[in-house]
Amino acid sequence: MKVTFPHMGNAWIVIQTLLECLNVDYVTPPPNSKETLNIGTQLAPESACLPLKLNLGNFVQGAALGADTALITGGVGPCRFGYYGELEKQILQEAGYDFDVITLEPPDGSILGLLQRIRKLAGPKNNWRKITQALLFAYRKSVALDRIENTFHGYRPLVPDSNRVDQLYDEARMNLLQAMSEQGITEVLNWLSDKIQEEKVCSYGENYRDKKNTLRVGVVGEIYTVLEPYVSMEIEKELGNLGVLVDRSIYLSGWVGQHVFRGLAQGYKPIKPYYSLAKPYLNHFVGGHAMETVGAAVKYAQEGYDGLVQLLPLGCMPEIVAASILPKVQEDYGIPIMTLTVDEHTGKAGVLTRVEAFVDLLERSRIYKDHKEGVLELAGR
Amino acid sequence: MLVDKYFLGVDVGSVSTNFVLIDEEGHLVDSLYLRTQGRPMQTIQEGMKNLRQKIGGKAEIIGVGTTGSARQLAATLLGADVVKNEITAHAVAASRIDPSVQTILEIGGQDSKIILLRNGVVVDFAMNTVCAAGTGSFLDQQAARLGIPIDEFGKLALQGTHPVRIAGRCSVFAESDMIHKQQLGHSLPDILAGLCQAMVRNYLNNVGKNKEILGPIFFQGGVAANPGIRRAFENELNQKVIVPEHFSVMGALGAAYLAQEKYQQQGLSTKFRGMKISESNFQARSFDCQGCSNQCEVVEIRQEEQTLTRWGDRCGKWSVISSYTQEKEITEASGK
Repeated sequence: MKVTFPHMGNAWIVIQTLLECLNVDYVTPPPNSKETLNIGTQLAPESACLPLKLNLGNFVQGAALGADTALITGGVGPCRFGYYGELEKQILQEAGYDFDVITLEPPDGSILGLLQRIRKLAGPKNNWRKITQALLFAYRKSVALDRIENTFHGYRPLVPDSNRVDQLYDEARMNLLQAMSEQGITEVLNWLSDKIQEEKVCSYGENYRDKKNTLRVGVVGEIYTVLEPYVSMEIEKELGNLGVLVDRSIYLSGWVGQHVFRGLAQGYKPIKPYYSLAKPYLNHFVGGHAMETVGAAVKYAQEGYDGLVQLLPLGCMPEIVAASILPKVQEDYGIPIMTLTVDEHTGKAGVLTRVEAFVDLLERSRIYKDHKEGVLELAGR
Repeated sequence: MLVDKYFLGVDVGSVSTNFVLIDEEGHLVDSLYLRTQGRPMQTIQEGMKNLRQKIGGKAEIIGVGTTGSARQLAATLLGADVVKNEITAHAVAASRIDPSVQTILEIGGQDSKIILLRNGVVVDFAMNTVCAAGTGSFLDQQAARLGIPIDEFGKLALQGTHPVRIAGRCSVFAESDMIHKQQLGHSLPDILAGLCQAMVRNYLNNVGKNKEILGPIFFQGGVAANPGIRRAFENELNQKVIVPEHFSVMGALGAAYLAQEKYQQQGLSTKFRGMKISESNFQARSFDCQGCSNQCEVVEIRQEEQTLTRWGDRCGKWSVISSYTQEKEITEASGK
């Protein structure tokens, strides 16, 4: 058995750690690229959403490196993602790839069923104690990883050199990937905060921007689209480079804790509070992350954020429900919300134009609010 | 010697490339509307050549703004002081002409957008996403297929008394529906009027969905030249739709205003690379970087063997050469 898995942002670092702790043979597919998408688009039905297409591309690219088993998480509820594990198995088999698929999900909400699947993945060599330790360690790493990502969302808009930020971010992720103990994780986090402090003072000095003046934008939406930079057109990075402080509503550890482990772990940025915040607008589960999206939008609005961006893949039913509710939130709180739909035909240029225009909109309306000037006095900024 | 000082605004879109010159007080002095025809670099050069002949040697450009889908390219070629997206540029131009404007309907060559302003500030906007039905390119194509010049399209549409119903959801289906209606024997003006209605319905259902359209309404972009579309908008919205005087070059006008504002606020000297760029030889080439698994498509713009800029790389390995000092060196070397 040689396991491969789909990419979703930084999730590969966590999955790789888990599989290494369990001594499972694995290959990490190359990162999402045009080629991944081309493979997936050929295999998947045209109307399937973007995550399915990229997953398939990842598996085929993994197979080229010798993988024969695919690991994927599942879901419960009306989102199509819930049956992607089965669907992908069939598509791959019809295309001539003899793949076994292990779907990590609590089938019909049963934790016991989830445990059986974990047992299948871990094989007979590992006892439950070891499995639990591996899961806990991977989970802690996941929380640390999310924390690093969030740190960069706050750091990027404040410094003038975006390429240096990219380098530092890569360095931090690689260091975390190699950390194989609790202490190692703590060391990476400490190293990063020292490094940032050092660069703040030594490299940037007066060029370091004041946090008070930055715009704050919350990013909400379907988790795969939000987490995977190839799909989101690196929108968080682009916003950051435009000097916007980005805050993301969902992170991997929060989602895994709530959806795979049924709330046993809360993760970084727990998503539980969103459900009660969403209540006045959407009071029952419609699948996917619609409730999280609406709840998070309300949270950001209450916290006085300048604007919100909602991301969804074309044809994502739960997010379409959320998208039709968000204008109500926009009206109630007076917070501008931009919805971006992505699929394999989306061009980065179009997304960037919208993002730029959105940032202009926020900047101008904020200054207008502060000084009661018209748009013309603000031109050229 | 007394020289006239101007600000230049350039909007390089998919179908047209527009140039606007405004004087220091912000009055439009000259404008130029050229077809891009898929060759943005040559079109920019051609435009500069035209402008040079018109304003001659006694003029000085003291600020340049670019916008449109090729705004980066134009900024590189010209040396722009302000590079802004089309939405902001259109909004600035419209609210400068009439500060009370609350809605802008803009239909260009390949995209259409709606911009909502309140108190002179953009509060919401939308652009068409995946579909080109109802944009200028589609009208061009249909006019060509029917063998009528695009300028006649709107006039003919106004003569239609019983507009036929055409499926405007998709440009391919709209075309086959139009052929069907022709073969049933409907008159050309009725079909064209029907097409205008279908386009407007499609626009309002897609781009204008959930948007509060309040007057004064400005209709701008190349398609605003078509009185048939304008009438269809007025019928559908039950409101007056104003087509501003310089509707076809509003993006460029906005870019020029932005350059002017920047000049007035910061008073910096322009990065403009001179009128002579029209005589230079520009070349673009692209390659896939093999440095890592991202395999970025890098584009390189060269002027007479000198690399002006590169973009498309994620890591900055290739784009770092485009620092201002280097650009200046290159300009000097090429004999400004």
